[in-house]
Amino acid sequence: MRNYVMRRALNLLFVLFIVSILIFLLVRLAPGDPARVMAGEHASPEALAAMRKEWGLDKPVIEQYIIWLSHAARGDFGRSIQSHESVLTELLLRFPNTFELSLFAMIFAVLIGLPAGIVSAVRRYSIFDYGSMVIALFGVSMPVFWLGIMLLMIFGVKLDWLPIGGRLSVYTSLRPITHFYLIDSLIELNFPAFWDTIKHLILPSIALGTIPMAFIARITRSSMLDVLHQDYIRTARSKGLNENIVIRKHALRNALIPILTAAGTEFALLMGGAILTETVFSWPGIGTYIIQAVNARDYPVVQGSVIFVAFLIAIVNLLVDLTYAYIDPRIHYK
Amino acid sequence: MQEHTEFYDTMRFLKKNKAAMAGLIIIIIFVLMAIFAKQISPQNPLAQSLKDNLKPGFWAGGHSHLLGTDEFGRDLFSRIIYGSRISLTVGFIAVLIGILIGATAGIVAGFFGGWVDDVIMRTVDIMFSLPSILLAIVIVAILGRGLDKAMIAIGITYAPQIARIVRSETLKVTNTEYIEGAKAIGSPSFRTMWIHVLPNVMSPIIVYGTLSIGSAILDAAALGFLGLGAQPPTPEWGAMLADSFHSITGGYWWVETFPGIAIALTVLGFNLLGDGLRDAIDPRLRNRQ
Repeated sequence: MRNYVMRRALNLLFVLFIVSILIFLLVRLAPGDPARVMAGEHASPEALAAMRKEWGLDKPVIEQYIIWLSHAARGDFGRSIQSHESVLTELLLRFPNTFELSLFAMIFAVLIGLPAGIVSAVRRYSIFDYGSMVIALFGVSMPVFWLGIMLLMIFGVKLDWLPIGGRLSVYTSLRPITHFYLIDSLIELNFPAFWDTIKHLILPSIALGTIPMAFIARITRSSMLDVLHQDYIRTARSKGLNENIVIRKHALRNALIPILTAAGTEFALLMGGAILTETVFSWPGIGTYIIQAVNARDYPVVQGSVIFVAFLIAIVNLLVDLTYAYIDPRIHYK
Repeated sequence: MQEHTEFYDTMRFLKKNKAAMAGLIIIIIFVLMAIFAKQISPQNPLAQSLKDNLKPGFWAGGHSHLLGTDEFGRDLFSRIIYGSRISLTVGFIAVLIGILIGATAGIVAGFFGGWVDDVIMRTVDIMFSLPSILLAIVIVAILGRGLDKAMIAIGITYAPQIARIVRSETLKVTNTEYIEGAKAIGSPSFRTMWIHVLPNVMSPIIVYGTLSIGSAILDAAALGFLGLGAQPPTPEWGAMLADSFHSITGGYWWVETFPGIAIALTVLGFNLLGDGLRDAIDPRLRNRQ
């Protein structure tokens, strides 16, 4: 087990290393002079030269990369060209926002998708089965950002039940401690802030969670159908076990593995969707940070953020693999 | 002859699949809309008329603008019709680019094996470690904004999946006797891959391609919405949603509703047809239903 984790961790470092080379090269291929972007349209040649020297842009690409890598290894992704803030500090400040949003979206997806898939499999070809298949099909055909806009228009603007964006209302005060607003508000027993945080989370979580929900429902259905035809299910039924126990203990537990495998892919999808959802709901997360950086050609931020996201996804995939052993005692890692 | 009957079987099975046929009808309607955009659309999609801005459509008794107008007074219905041209073209070409890159990489990896296979498949793994939309955003950030660059970026993000599928199909084919025969008579590698391997890995490419057109249209709309794809005043559906986004607080719901419905319907059409094609081509699934 320990060996396995070690091997996976090494593999993770290797992947991040390659990703960093790719991103670094890609960014250097971009047309346009970053020094000119930083210094402004009307900068003098001297100012440009000074800017290049300051940011190391006058050195060869390989040297630039080695300098960058040696800093990155120590957790220093450089500074934003726009704000001059440290990229890692900004990413870590925004990470809790994206994390809370993704977590809520995933909870929404599992809470609806898993039961819908189970019922569809157990009552195959029923109205419920067809209904949830149709909803799932529409779910994966809709643009995430459009669903967000529709939710915003109906529940935010028209009905005025929920806020139309942002992380907290202007009038809500909350002292950031962990920057996870739900935790911070609970530590301080600040219930108005807790409630306000929840209200801001609802719409973006539904928008972001819909595609994963549709996926989970589809996979759960097919995985449950496979398991329900196994001999041991017939045995369990024939020995007179309660149908509920057959479904929960015998079928679902065995059907969970493919569902969980998909959860890793789901997370990558979730991070992609977060970029769009955050833009719609003006959510101060990593997604909006990346988009701002892309629009401003803020290369240190683009580089740092992409590697950060790749790191998060790799970690989640590793955790998912480790969870298999817990769910399925037959799996051992060597 | 074998080829013909197999194709015939697939089509006959596909015809019986009502969902796939519904998908095909949706696609045909949008394709016709795209071809005859000039004849169908009641107005010029780019013509502004500021005094008619944000006018509601048929639900409020508006006769001149069926689906209302946007903030520049442009006819929404005409813009959506012209938008089908852009979205269908982008979806199709992006997937074609993906197939071109992915299928080449997949066949080469599967056919040669060894270190070539390792290098290609490692690259594929690494591309999978990033969300495809993020990859597309980064590529567009580097190439520059615009519809053509968005197509290339989306195409590149589809290549890894296609490479994986084609590689595993190629591996199945390379162990067959006719490939060994081709090698034995000294057929050059390129010729063997082109004439003997490619036709045998075509059907998964077609299925995955059809399924991907839908998501490629979604990705193009997403890039358009982020301001990285089609640029104003191009009537691209995603860019239309972005252009009018700020007017939703005023209750002008139609500018944000109809372009989204157009995207969702088109994508739904391709997803339905793609699912049907997959079931029809995979003989294991044929007898299940």
